[in-house]
Amino acid sequence: MSSVAPAWTALSPALLLGLTGLALLLVDTIRPNERSNTSMAVVSALGALASLSVTVWFVIAGTGHADAGGAITLLEGAVKVDTLALFFTAIFASVTALVVVAAHDYFHDHQRPAAFYSLTLFAATGMALLAVANSLAVVFVALEMVSLPSYALVAFLKKDRGSVEAGLKYFLVGALSSAVFLFGISLVYAATGSLIFGEVASAVESLDALAGVAGVGIVMIVGGVAFKTASVPFHFWAPEAYEGAPAPVSAFLSSASKAAGFVVAFRVFTEAFPLGASVAAGIDWALAFAVVAAVTMTLGNFAAAVQEEVKRMLAYSSIGHAGYALIGLAALSTGSAGNEAVMGAAMAHLLVYGFMNTGAFLFVAMAERWGIGRTFEDYAGLARRAPVACTAMAVFMFSLAGLPPFAGFFSKYFLFMGAIENGFLWLAGLGAVNSVVSLYYYSRVVRAMFLDDPATPSALDAIDVRPTALYAAVVFAAVATVLLLPGFGPVIEAAEAAAAALF
Amino acid sequence: MILEALIGFTFLAALVVLLAPNAWAGRLAFALSAVPFAGSLYLWSQFDAVGNALTGGTIAFESRYEWVEVGGRTVSWFVGLDGISLPLVVLTTFLVPLAILSAWTPVDSRQSQFYGLMLFMEANLLGVFTALDFFLWFVFWEAVLVPMYFLIGIWGGPRRKYAAIKFFVYTNAASLLMFIGFMSLTFALGDSIGSLALPEITQALADGGLETWFGISPGRMAMIAFLAMFAGFAVKVPIVPVHTWLPDAHVEAPTPVSVLLAGVLLKMGTYALLRFNFTMLPEQASTLAIPIAAIAVISVIYGAMLALAQKDLKRIVAYSSVSSMGYVLLGLVVFTEYGVGGATFQMVAHGLISGLMFMAVGVVYNATHTRMVGDMAGMADRMPVTVGILVAGAFGYMGLPLMAGFAGEFFIFVGAFGAPSLPYAPVFTALAMFGIVIVAGYLLSAMQKTLFGPFRLETDYEIGPAPFHDVAPLAVLLAAIIVLGVAPDIFFEMIRDAAMPVVEGVSVDV
Repeated sequence: MSSVAPAWTALSPALLLGLTGLALLLVDTIRPNERSNTSMAVVSALGALASLSVTVWFVIAGTGHADAGGAITLLEGAVKVDTLALFFTAIFASVTALVVVAAHDYFHDHQRPAAFYSLTLFAATGMALLAVANSLAVVFVALEMVSLPSYALVAFLKKDRGSVEAGLKYFLVGALSSAVFLFGISLVYAATGSLIFGEVASAVESLDALAGVAGVGIVMIVGGVAFKTASVPFHFWAPEAYEGAPAPVSAFLSSASKAAGFVVAFRVFTEAFPLGASVAAGIDWALAFAVVAAVTMTLGNFAAAVQEEVKRMLAYSSIGHAGYALIGLAALSTGSAGNEAVMGAAMAHLLVYGFMNTGAFLFVAMAERWGIGRTFEDYAGLARRAPVACTAMAVFMFSLAGLPPFAGFFSKYFLFMGAIENGFLWLAGLGAVNSVVSLYYYSRVVRAMFLDDPATPSALDAIDVRPTALYAAVVFAAVATVLLLPGFGPVIEAAEAAAAALF
Repeated sequence: MILEALIGFTFLAALVVLLAPNAWAGRLAFALSAVPFAGSLYLWSQFDAVGNALTGGTIAFESRYEWVEVGGRTVSWFVGLDGISLPLVVLTTFLVPLAILSAWTPVDSRQSQFYGLMLFMEANLLGVFTALDFFLWFVFWEAVLVPMYFLIGIWGGPRRKYAAIKFFVYTNAASLLMFIGFMSLTFALGDSIGSLALPEITQALADGGLETWFGISPGRMAMIAFLAMFAGFAVKVPIVPVHTWLPDAHVEAPTPVSVLLAGVLLKMGTYALLRFNFTMLPEQASTLAIPIAAIAVISVIYGAMLALAQKDLKRIVAYSSVSSMGYVLLGLVVFTEYGVGGATFQMVAHGLISGLMFMAVGVVYNATHTRMVGDMAGMADRMPVTVGILVAGAFGYMGLPLMAGFAGEFFIFVGAFGAPSLPYAPVFTALAMFGIVIVAGYLLSAMQKTLFGPFRLETDYEIGPAPFHDVAPLAVLLAAIIVLGVAPDIFFEMIRDAAMPVVEGVSVDV
């Protein structure tokens, strides 16, 4: 079936996302005065779901899998569709679908919500392109395609000072890191003479005198990745942006955009700068990632532990989770058979994270929609008024903390086991310690919702609406978080197959 | 498939009850919880296991499906029963309906959530006792904590938040320690295991499959793992000095939750000790026999003395659980047929008796709204049936012959007294027996003060007999205790069959 279809159809998940975004723009242009929040949300959700279905179908059919003719390359090798790309596209499409559904209720009284949906879809298109990029030039263009709509999305509530401030900060740090990233690419090009990953890789084997130039370039690319994944030392924007942005946007950025950073990192560092050749040239980027991972997870978790606002806590926890996922790169060692296991585990963690973290931020979106406060205390007794949503939130919190029986436990377990198998006991140990710390602040949310009494008897009277779409998105994310535990087998198999193709 | 059906049905029942209206959630939960009990009776009737599931015996109702693979090791859905786990499964399914019945009176808010969580906990408990794959077992083991946290934290007494969080933190930290201990053991086993199935790991350990890992020699690794797991499970049991979460949790928990906490959750700890420490690493267990026996005796005596000093009826029963668990530990460490078998039997017996005691104290509390010994007297006049059963239960606790407690303790003492592998076994046994005297002391004195004599209690309402649905579970429990005391062989046969391979795992060189 897939062998008959022309090669470009392999890009259809990304094309579907892009076309949906264009269609939204078109409708908005033709009927600019129509406040059609619902139809916009429906169209975006359908587009994201269509993209998701095609992606899942491709994964099942084996498109780009080594058993079915291997990766499909297009445009002179600048674009490559393989299992890795499809795996991450599935994450992006799922998160996008959840976010646009939830946004329908969040922006119910917004003047012009149309821009939100098209920007989200365009950013998702950029992410899908990032996943298939096989050349540093495509990576940069796609990265900008993700970033530019994201800046606008963060500042989307233009009458809200927090939102605008967050957008500006995000933009400034983003512009800086884009420049650093681009400069890194140019240095790598200067040293290797190519932008295509495979050619860069063969040039890295014989760098000789240019090793220094390439090394500086690679470090700069690490910086660019650190920005996109909100890792130390380019994490400063994340708490501000996630806190100030409308909650659905925070969900989108902290789940999908972060995963997009990781797909770049996974592909660039395994295919363009293979570890063996890089270490031989004196560029041990795995060590750099080990340091970044250790600092990121520790800083993220400890900073989250002292927050008073739920959204800000989630922002720092998102930094902490970037640290966990970085183990997928940090715990690699040359020629080790365990490499695909640990990177596959990191990918599976990002998938699980896509559901549990998106769900948590969407719960915050619901709280903002209800108009209750932002701190832990404001959530006190919430479970009495909204038991279903609070149960879902409890699932997210326990899963983020890595507590059985939720999927977050499974993915962390695989990640740490993979790290230990590869000889990185210290990273796994640090991860375990951080998980214990994280249980403290995640359980504060649960405690507030279920055990504490409301500050005043009338504190929860504001909860007078049941935003159906938000509820649906939150509950769906919770169900997925639970069901990913028994269904973890296919996920980890797909992830490991995707990782295996990189080594 | 039958075990999957049992666990799956209980999960579904939890979900159904969670969505049911508060008004009849209690009745629905009771009706639904009768089904797993019937199922466990059916399992009992069809039970055909021989030997111990971990040491190569035939496993009853075995079912295994591959789940995922990690680091070259398969993780599977692997469940089955042997003579040690079946009695505990029956105990769990038997206690839950009774606990639900005893919740009808005290639980008066958010009922559907309460009963849903009770059933959710039951499903996970069944998973703990049936799982034969470490990973699966750990998932269930941890999943028990979540409903317990909410059950104590939402429906508990005045200091419920403190108690719930203390329980959660203590047991979670302990689980982590145990998890690290066990996982380092599996890493050190290297290529000699291809899965995380408990029988396979037990076999590999017995065959000396441990290798040097991260510079730790096999002998040292086994000892580190033993200590880490022992410390982890000791919190759950609990053993002095890590018992301090227990009285808080018990006192704050509502009656039905206390029943399950004392009746089943504590047995998770002793069950895991038997399965992991004493079955998998018997050599280390016998090396450490003297210190373990010493802390067992300390738990017995110190727990009983703490109970002696309490004024709150629930605290008295809670501390006496610490004491009873000391007997179980003593039975395990002596490594004799009657010691290990008696310890397992005592788990079931104590589950029934402590369940009865907590329930009876709860019924009295429902009427008096106080549990302080000094606040009331002569309750026997107003609640004759309840008090009668409470007294009978207390005698069961003291080890009155023909009741289950007697059989359990008797087996343990018989097994412990002449234990060849434990030096000074008679001394330890004699000291532990002394604990019974203290138990009799505090139970008799507390009963005399509160139950007998002229009636005295300041209330602005009349105290009468408890409603039928409060008393019925008490009577059923008492009947079960007597049946098990008169005919201990209904469980002890199969327990002994499963315990023998564990005992034979220790080579005694006298």
